Amino acid sequence: MTSATDTVTAPATRASSPLRVFVRRNPTIVIGSTLLTIMVLAALFAPWIVGDPLAMAPINRLKPPSAVHWFGTDHLGRDVLARTIFGARVSLTVGVSVAILSVSIGLGIGLAAGYFRRVDAIVMRFMDGLMAIPGILLAIALVALTRASIWVVIVAITIPEIPRVVRLVRSVVLTVREQPYVDAAIAGGSRSAKIILRHILPATLNPLIVQATYISASAILVEAGLSFLGAGVPPEIPTWGNMIAAARGRLAVAPWTIFFPGLCLALVVLAVNLLGDGLRDRLDPRIARRM
Amino acid sequence: MTAYIVRRLLATIPVMAVVAICVFLLLHLSPGDPAAVIAGDNATPENIAMIRKRLGLDEPLWKQFLLWIGQLLSGDLGQSMFWRTPVLTLVGQRYEPTLSLAATTLCVAVTIAVTLGVIAAWRVATFADRAVMGFAVFGFSVPVFVVGYVLIYVFAIQLKWLPVQGYTPISEGLWPWLNNLILPSIALGMAYVALIARITRATMLDVLAEDYIRTARAKGVATRPMLLRHALKNAAVPIVTVIGIGVALLIGGVVITETVFNIPGIGRLVVDAIARRDYPIIQGVIVLFSGIYVLVNLAVDLSYTFFDPRIRY
Repeated sequence: MTSATDTVTAPATRASSPLRVFVRRNPTIVIGSTLLTIMVLAALFAPWIVGDPLAMAPINRLKPPSAVHWFGTDHLGRDVLARTIFGARVSLTVGVSVAILSVSIGLGIGLAAGYFRRVDAIVMRFMDGLMAIPGILLAIALVALTRASIWVVIVAITIPEIPRVVRLVRSVVLTVREQPYVDAAIAGGSRSAKIILRHILPATLNPLIVQATYISASAILVEAGLSFLGAGVPPEIPTWGNMIAAARGRLAVAPWTIFFPGLCLALVVLAVNLLGDGLRDRLDPRIARRM
Repeated sequence: MTAYIVRRLLATIPVMAVVAICVFLLLHLSPGDPAAVIAGDNATPENIAMIRKRLGLDEPLWKQFLLWIGQLLSGDLGQSMFWRTPVLTLVGQRYEPTLSLAATTLCVAVTIAVTLGVIAAWRVATFADRAVMGFAVFGFSVPVFVVGYVLIYVFAIQLKWLPVQGYTPISEGLWPWLNNLILPSIALGMAYVALIARITRATMLDVLAEDYIRTARAKGVATRPMLLRHALKNAAVPIVTVIGIGVALLIGGVVITETVFNIPGIGRLVVDAIARRDYPIIQGVIVLFSGIYVLVNLAVDLSYTFFDPRIRY
């Protein structure tokens, strides 16, 4: 936080510390990660920062924002601020879990498809088909078939993300395996496993880090959308999507019950996307030039 | 050309087959009895037994799959357990609002996005460019339903310019129809505009650096024809590709937008089916929407020759 404000207040001096140079060259990374750090800390320490998100107080129904309830109260008199901060826990958990799961599964499949030409055609046909299915509908179907829980939601969002990772990894593998050093390794008699791990895997890491950031941003959006539609996390758990779904009939009377969780949702996704843009510019200059 | 179209049409078959396999496996590999899932929550044992028989659930898995494929090919998307009507009939009753919403969004979003992208590339590294790129990041981060509620609150509840929710069929007049679609189209189009504006800017930047653009400028072509006829037409192929891929955003967004604006379309049909656990509807709409997505992208592929006559099939 301090580093971000420093650049705003201090005029650009010639003798800059390395930190300042980093901030000036990567404004999106700094803004994104600062916002995100605040959100993560708030989510982690939620029970110590705010009160009980489930405590009802019927006398205090639908009170507008005030000194006591910064974000106002909802139709059961629950504190919207407390619920919003607890809601961050679900969103961030889903974002991180989906990114880790889809990247690790996609990486495995993509390496295999790119390196072993025989499985490639079959795997890629399958991925094309999976990509044709609208992700949110596939997730709705999965959640409708099983009982709603956060883990079902995570799996449901992960599956449609996998083909995108597979395509990315495969394209990197296809370019890398034509490199002379890979030919040399093959000629030198290295085993396939060693070639993949030592020579090909490292080339996929940078684009994957960037991709993982974008995946978590989209996962947070989809989770909120699913909860909003009633196909996500069980309604008794405070999530941003659930809060907005419960409040949607009262937009005219109590807009704060919709706007504050909505604002936080947009801010978190914006922070993750900014971080992704910044990382892309630094780690993946090939694409950075174009976008 | 004809041979190419036929070849491309044939190539969609494996894709749709994979879609069918995925949807089929989803139901049959998930925990629990598929017949009980399809019958819904308050089904009698006879009910479940009847469904088991109709779907052939006692048969081996591959036989069931062939049966299901046969039904799909004869245009049978299954039967809703709640409505007790074929899914295709239900979709037929509700396609107009969804099609209207998707069509208006597509037109508005593509026009705005391409204009923004061209301006950003033409005025690269200026305030206009930064504003467009900033909007692109923003548009990609704000969820459809949050934009929707903010729009309703400002333009319908506070300013009272536009209706809060609902849908008027086009048969009742062009303006009432359009009036109800303005806010939903903006909400739904936000992410789509961001996506297309980004790719338009990126490809236009590449094209504007070409020699023939310099030649056009040197011989005195005015700015507008230079940007549109010389540059944009040559940048069209990647842009149209992304427009096609982005239709997925629209299809997913339609479900949420129809809920926010209370539009009685296919999206509402699906959302109502979630609460009723009416699985055949969800399954049928997945197959239908996937098919539409595949066809749209086929059309995009075929449009390449129009934009770039060098591409011959």
